[in-house]
Amino acid sequence: MTSACFHCGEPLPETPRLVVAVDGREQRVCCLGCRAAAELIRDVGLGDYYRFRTAAAPRPEVARDDVWATYDRPEVQAPLVGRDGALAVVNLLIEGQRCAACSWLIGERLGRLTGVARANVNPATARAQIAFDPRAVGLATLLRAIAALGYRPHVLGATDTLAVATRERRTALKRLAVAGFGMMQVMMIATALYIGAVDGMDPVIREYLRIVSLVVTTPVLIYAGQPFFAGAYASLRARHVGMDVPVAVGIALAFAASAWNTLTHAGDVYFDSVVMFIFLLLLGRYVEMLARHRAGSTGEALLRLVPATALRLVGDVRERVPVAALAAGDRVLVPAGECFPADGRIVGGATEADEALLTGESLPVAKGPGAMVIAGALNSAAPVEVELTAVGQSTVVAGIVRLLERAQTERPRIARLADRAATWFVTRVLVGAALVAALWLLIDPSRAFEATLAVLVVTCPCALSLATPTAITAATATLARAGLLVTRPDALESLAHADTVLFDKTGTLSLGRPRLEGVAVRGIARESALAIAAALERASAHPLAQAFEAIAAPPASEVAVHPGAGIEGRVGASRYRIGSPAFVGALAGPRPVELAETGVHLGCQGAWLARFEIGDALRPDAEHVVRELESLGLAPLIASGDDPVAVRRAASSLGIQRWHARLLPADKLALLERLRAGGARVLAVGDGVNDAPTLRAASVSLALGSGSALAQASADLVALRGELATLPAAVRLARRTTAIVRQNLLWSAAYNLVALPLAALGWVPPWLAAVGMSASSLLVVLNALRLARPPRRASARPAAPIVVREAAAT
Amino acid sequence: MSIIFVLIPLGLVLVGFALWAFFWAVGDGQFDDLESPGWSVLSDDAPPGPPR
Repeated sequence: MTSACFHCGEPLPETPRLVVAVDGREQRVCCLGCRAAAELIRDVGLGDYYRFRTAAAPRPEVARDDVWATYDRPEVQAPLVGRDGALAVVNLLIEGQRCAACSWLIGERLGRLTGVARANVNPATARAQIAFDPRAVGLATLLRAIAALGYRPHVLGATDTLAVATRERRTALKRLAVAGFGMMQVMMIATALYIGAVDGMDPVIREYLRIVSLVVTTPVLIYAGQPFFAGAYASLRARHVGMDVPVAVGIALAFAASAWNTLTHAGDVYFDSVVMFIFLLLLGRYVEMLARHRAGSTGEALLRLVPATALRLVGDVRERVPVAALAAGDRVLVPAGECFPADGRIVGGATEADEALLTGESLPVAKGPGAMVIAGALNSAAPVEVELTAVGQSTVVAGIVRLLERAQTERPRIARLADRAATWFVTRVLVGAALVAALWLLIDPSRAFEATLAVLVVTCPCALSLATPTAITAATATLARAGLLVTRPDALESLAHADTVLFDKTGTLSLGRPRLEGVAVRGIARESALAIAAALERASAHPLAQAFEAIAAPPASEVAVHPGAGIEGRVGASRYRIGSPAFVGALAGPRPVELAETGVHLGCQGAWLARFEIGDALRPDAEHVVRELESLGLAPLIASGDDPVAVRRAASSLGIQRWHARLLPADKLALLERLRAGGARVLAVGDGVNDAPTLRAASVSLALGSGSALAQASADLVALRGELATLPAAVRLARRTTAIVRQNLLWSAAYNLVALPLAALGWVPPWLAAVGMSASSLLVVLNALRLARPPRRASARPAAPIVVREAAAT
Repeated sequence: MSIIFVLIPLGLVLVGFALWAFFWAVGDGQFDDLESPGWSVLSDDAPPGPPR
């Protein structure tokens, strides 16, 4: 671990040698932020964190203005905080937690603040509930303490949306337990019954065991099976045969037939099939639900985009007001480093706005007086006065969310395909049963009911109904282990059939974070040029400044940020300028030919010193992933909101021929619809808010865990570790899953086709039917379990996949 | 074999008890977070303030 930062694990830079002493040993760190965080953790006596953690910590942002202070103001705090006796209770979402040690660290740190009564931090949901004495400690102090550790807290408010999710999860867990315990009992008895069918059994004991099975199965069906009946009822009321209908019909009929046979002492019972089916389906849904909860919800995502408060200007008086209190026509002051609270026009000052999250543009856009700014964008250069033109629901962000809702209503077209197959099967079975019933009514009415039930029971339960859920559950669990959450049940099927992959650029194929890619110097040492540049850039909230973050810098004075141009300041004895060639040229004179025009320049009075090449570096695994997806038959395509030059560069270095630049969210959606009209089944991959509608509307979509919450809430798959590398393996596993589902369906259909007529004609003795039934189910389950093995890696893969650490940019 | 007329109902009673215990644990929030409580024992000193 000598070449990686002790705190965040990122590679150590060459030049600045920053160390921190922990447990009496000197440890190297990569940047000032990491040093501050490591020292803080050591000084408050939480050094154990470094021994227990299982993943490196997020890289702390170098502290800017104290944005938390406003949270201590009563009118801001009041709507966010609940009461518990004399204590105040607040719910936070803490971004940047990597493992359980992180939440331990946060919990311990908060617990040591005076006035904090209790701090519960849940690493699985990234939520924290803190109860504190408002007279002893302020909300701002808590938030500051969390931010100082390198995490990003977001205040969720007093009513936690998570409470709903918790309730849902608890109910599901109880249902699962009832089904699981019931299954164990019924299976145990079923074993005895099967052996009895072969070896012969006292009819009294046989009837007794059947009645016990009935007694156990009834509560399982009523309590644990309730979601299927509720779902089936809801979809029937909407005049649409959904996925729940065949399930509900299947378990209800199998149960009814078994109960009838038990009470009339005739025929076979299928209680084991009923409970096993309910249990496995519930298990699948439970895994899916956990994934959905982790992926977050849309409402929260919006909350995190727009700040909670704004500085309103009334005449010359500034006042902090909640964003909800703003109206169109108000004037607000937006300091550098804060997000714009609503859409508006700049009336005073000039700045640059980072709109990457909303438009996909990787570099900030210069905004002078009269320019329009959008809510949620980051003001990255200088304070500006904005006259608001649209607030709340009429902002651009709210528009994207509406686009998202539209995309969702168009989605069911694909979902219906899966439903249609189920409908087809159920209708065939029902028609077949009706035919049998009609025939038997003509031949021998006394046997009609029994024969009809036989048809329904033999066709419906067991293998055929287990074929799909077992395979999907096994595959979902395998993907979750690899860091890929499946949030929608039919996502795997769509993933297997996808033939086009639509990539977003910024943050998806690229890191979305500026990197220093090259330095050209002129009459100055490389190290000193970097140090001067870093000193000046420290003063800037401009995203480009992040490229210099890891470099140790001497102090700079008299620093002035010129939006859209560069930074001027004094380092040591001389004045320097860093920025565009024109800006530097005003101080340094005409540009020498050996320094090319592009990039960021550094100069002093009368001399040009250096040129820095700064780019949005591609993810190290991007090219490999694109190649592998191509070899799997998926055609890659880039759809970006960024500038054509940047998109072309990324496309050519990845070898992607088709790319589209400068697309608004609505354009991306239109492109997707064009592709789909051409018959393509599109896999969309993205991370930003501007990708959300596309992700929602695509046949299947993947969001990166490092991206915006809105994108994650819209996608079918979420890559938790924020890397693309798992995608080709996921496609392969999805294809294997559909193949196994097909094998399972084929096998069980064949079994049913053979067994049904034979059993109906009385040619199959009970023991053979029992053996065949069990073997058939067992075969299906074992076949599905093959998916639980980790997906096989392609042979021509470079050793050890490159791990891309996300310092959670944005 | 008549013993099963006693043992099976007895087993069902035990299952019922296990289910009741599980329901209680779920309601108590013991399954809400399966990770961080394991870490709390690693902290040497009890956190200040009122007990949790």
